[in-house]
Amino acid sequence: MTEHDFAVIGGGLVGSAIAWGLAGAGKRVALLDEGDVAFRASRGNFALVWVQSKGLGMPEYARWTRASSDAWAGFAQELREETGIDVAHQRPGGFSLALSEDELVRRDTMLKRLHNQSDLPYEIMDRTRLQKMLPDIGPEVVGGAYCPLDGHANSPRLLRALHTALKQRGVAYLPEHGVDRIEHRGGVFVVHSGTRTVEAPRIVLTAGNGNRKLGEMVGLDVPVRPQRGQIVITEKAAPFLNYPVVTIRQTDEGGVMMGDSLEEAGFDDRIGLGVVGTIAERAVRMFPLLGSLNVVRTWAALRVMTQDGFPIYEESRSHPGAFVATCHSGVTLAAAHAKLLAPLIAADGLTDDFTAFSAKRFHVSSAA
Amino acid sequence: MFHRLPDLADAALVTLTIDSEVITARPSDTVAAALLAAGHAACRETAVSSTPRGPYCLMGVCFDCLVTIDGVGNRQGCLVRVREGMHVETQRGKRVAGR
Repeated sequence: MTEHDFAVIGGGLVGSAIAWGLAGAGKRVALLDEGDVAFRASRGNFALVWVQSKGLGMPEYARWTRASSDAWAGFAQELREETGIDVAHQRPGGFSLALSEDELVRRDTMLKRLHNQSDLPYEIMDRTRLQKMLPDIGPEVVGGAYCPLDGHANSPRLLRALHTALKQRGVAYLPEHGVDRIEHRGGVFVVHSGTRTVEAPRIVLTAGNGNRKLGEMVGLDVPVRPQRGQIVITEKAAPFLNYPVVTIRQTDEGGVMMGDSLEEAGFDDRIGLGVVGTIAERAVRMFPLLGSLNVVRTWAALRVMTQDGFPIYEESRSHPGAFVATCHSGVTLAAAHAKLLAPLIAADGLTDDFTAFSAKRFHVSSAA
Repeated sequence: MFHRLPDLADAALVTLTIDSEVITARPSDTVAAALLAAGHAACRETAVSSTPRGPYCLMGVCFDCLVTIDGVGNRQGCLVRVREGMHVETQRGKRVAGR
């Protein structure tokens, strides 16, 4: 018998949430993590718990996102009781703002389709109505879309709370354990990290963009690629933004985060002044008073992106007991991973509900 | 706690206010130096935990000397030269955006 029931590979938000849930189901878990060299989306994200733009084209993903959003308050409460750490989850509803009629029409069209597909609640608001909820919008804002299910949290604190809880739950956290090789011998996975090995009958790959290589070792096709996003944050200011906007939010401590860039830049997480400047310029047009605040940091991070933007959850056919869980919304989906997905993996594995999330969807012949 | 060097004691002075108190300083002083010379070791309360803080590095790095100067919050006192008639305010907590 091995020392661990599960080896979870990847200690970011996805891996930590799943390890937390597995430990909660009574499993003995080792969590292998890289060190500071990791491209860690969990430390670079925008921290929205977001519903309004998710899942057009895959109703299962829209449902999954909503389930996570619904589970988030309870999840945050549990983490607070377990660790004393408040991850500052709030769900006041959120906005996307339009700086032109054209932008507003496009947003409305997308949300209407999502509403028809997945019953998404939303409301398009004109300027007058917007001003009642967001009094500081600039003159160029023509309108916006509001979805009452949207929210946000403090994501660095979420990662810390999870790791604090993991320790309390007896999970063996193994930093500096980048994985070179995985063998499957007699029903046991032998995970190699340099000269060290960790053995477990079941493994979960949660290494973000690293899942592509790890997947190949256990017969899982994980077609993910890095997609860079850049973020600008201001000094801490007295609260003035009571709702998160998809590209601008004020954190619980007062800093205002701005970011809405998408770039195909490979494994390059450097920032560029052009993109950062555009982010700031659009943000100031939406909320002119942001122009008075000092920017204190900018950074870039790499999203974990599939071709269709939806997650992959799958168990290997050739290597039963090897699972992969990967997505670009580690914050939004943290509650679902911890409370819904992990218990399934701990028990009998993924149910039929997860068939849609298999990477097989990328293999359909383009002529079909 | 702090005393002027004796060879500088006789120089011309400018007048400024710290909250409601009127103080004098040398024209070459930074706001942080003027605050320290006037006995104000703490010039702000931190944005999250409201802990008192005062000028520390005096070279623009530590951001602990943040004050409101002439109505603008989060100015680094160690990087701003005093001026006749300047209004310096203790900053309590977060600055207000747009101010």
